Amino acid sequence: MQQQPETLTLGRQREGSPWTGLWAVVAKEMADHLTSVRMLILEALIILTAAGTVYAASQSLRDGFGGDTFLFLKLFTTAREPLPAFVGFLGLLVPLLGIALAFDSVNGEFNQRTISKVLAQPIYRDALLFGKFLAGLGALALTLTSIWLLIVGMGLLRLGVPPTGEEVVRSLWFLLVTIFYGGVWLALAMLFSIVFRQPATAALASLAVWLFFTAFWGIIASLLANLLRPVPLGDPLALIDQVQLELALARISPNTLFTEVALATLNPTVRSLGLVLPIQLHNAVLGTPLPATQSMLLTWPHATGLIAATIVLFALGYVLFQRQEIRA
Amino acid sequence: MDEPVVECRDLTKQYGSLLAVDHLNLTVHKGEIFGLLGPNGAGKTTTILMLLGLTEPTSGSVRVIGLDPARQPLSVKSRVGHLPDQVGFYDGLTARENLSYIAKLNGIRGKEMQDRIRTALDQVGLSDVADRPVRTFSRGMRQRLGVAEVLIKRPQLIIMDEPTLALDPEAVREFLDLIRRLKEDGITIMLSSHLLHQVQAVCDRVGLFHKGRMVLEGTVGELAQRVLGGAYRIHLEADGGTALDEALRCLPDVVQVTRDGARTYHIEARSDLRADVARAVVEAGGRLLALSSDIPRLDEVYTRYFQKEATYAAAA
Repeated sequence: MQQQPETLTLGRQREGSPWTGLWAVVAKEMADHLTSVRMLILEALIILTAAGTVYAASQSLRDGFGGDTFLFLKLFTTAREPLPAFVGFLGLLVPLLGIALAFDSVNGEFNQRTISKVLAQPIYRDALLFGKFLAGLGALALTLTSIWLLIVGMGLLRLGVPPTGEEVVRSLWFLLVTIFYGGVWLALAMLFSIVFRQPATAALASLAVWLFFTAFWGIIASLLANLLRPVPLGDPLALIDQVQLELALARISPNTLFTEVALATLNPTVRSLGLVLPIQLHNAVLGTPLPATQSMLLTWPHATGLIAATIVLFALGYVLFQRQEIRA
Repeated sequence: MDEPVVECRDLTKQYGSLLAVDHLNLTVHKGEIFGLLGPNGAGKTTTILMLLGLTEPTSGSVRVIGLDPARQPLSVKSRVGHLPDQVGFYDGLTARENLSYIAKLNGIRGKEMQDRIRTALDQVGLSDVADRPVRTFSRGMRQRLGVAEVLIKRPQLIIMDEPTLALDPEAVREFLDLIRRLKEDGITIMLSSHLLHQVQAVCDRVGLFHKGRMVLEGTVGELAQRVLGGAYRIHLEADGGTALDEALRCLPDVVQVTRDGARTYHIEARSDLRADVARAVVEAGGRLLALSSDIPRLDEVYTRYFQKEATYAAAA
């Protein structure tokens, strides 16, 4: 009984750093990702689409479409029939990549019966989960960055003009946002890999969420806006209200956020992502590009939104993983 | 020998309304091989998880190598090796790669790591297949690789959960040899198993778990003494008639004498009475034909204990 207070106070403390062994986990998971067949297939797919779309875009640009400013950025956004633009493909492929990197990360350890062994080593669960996440994000960043470099190189070869500093800043910002867009899906797939014991279930659940946001959320957002803010006949203010609600709802979807960032970052003439009333355009010089910093400021909420979603999903998975019983 | 490696005092673990481990008291000394026995769900695995700090006890105290696994899990886990039942590996990686991941998680790197991997592979006899992917390994090889992963951190205590399950007899024999060699290196070993003759073959002491409590503890001889009544069973073949029956029953330490046919006797005794039995036969004027004794078998202790338990339960 005399020892009770001592054990109570000390019982709350954990010895050592929660990050012990983190880099061992990151290195091993990275190596797994980079040598896995799954990743090779996805990388090949992305590189093929990048090559195809960017080649087609550069062909259009050489033919003189699209004027003579921000040629490099147009490599990403110019579509030439029958191919859509590269950013369009990225919106589809990046979630797929994020999901593929994480859907079996935790339940895979359970199914291979390696989890109890790994956790019997002198590391905390924190290090295992965070290491897996970092490795996934690292692999994602590595893939996207190399594709970015490939596109820049192809642009140099095909267009023969170097990118301006402005274009480099914009495309780097776009790269960063794309990585975190992938991070959202990575964190989601990892969360499902903690919740579901079967990797196939986790993969399907992640794909279902992705499909929901890609295909259905837009429709649902407009229906909800209609329902919540009905517009009486001849009331323009109510109409504005409704459109703004619809926009807010649509922005719950990471796809919407990503598309808007792509739009504003790669297209310097976009000055606003919301509703613009004619009165606000009074005295504005239309068609003039914004400086890169202003475009970044415009998409700042989107970027923080994506990062926040990543963190929230990871934190949720973290809590669930800490509470999981490890007797496999 | 007296330094306790594992010490549990009133250790209790409750899952909801289920009492998985109930006021367990357990002491394992340095250099011992201790066997954990008991039916499934008796609390063996839960106890092991608490020893490793993977589950927190509801109440009571645990000390492993003088440390508290709930408070100092990293120190405990770097000194204690755990071999789970059906240990898993990263099948796509080679044996060496699997080992180096475990080594790195233990903070062992560089040349030290290479040395330790080589030694561990040698110890378990897997050096020849070190660079083959683990998916090509047989069950016995995987089990030995599991031991190599444990040895890499040079543990003071190894806890094994059902290590010989699903091994073929030859692999079992090799595995038991390996365990004995580890004991010679001064490593303390706790192993849980259902294969009682194997436990008996390697363990110095055993503890029998039942409903979260350790109901019996000691050497196999001590357990037999308590459960079977007599630890020694002597089989005697002699011609001597009823006079011999009497003479045998009068020997000190005899618990029971049964006659099987005309001249076969089974004697249960508390000590090794073979010499006294022989003398008694001769003194009673009988002819001694054969005399042998059984080493008490753990299987028998186990079965008898649970039979008794069932009768008590039925009576109550």
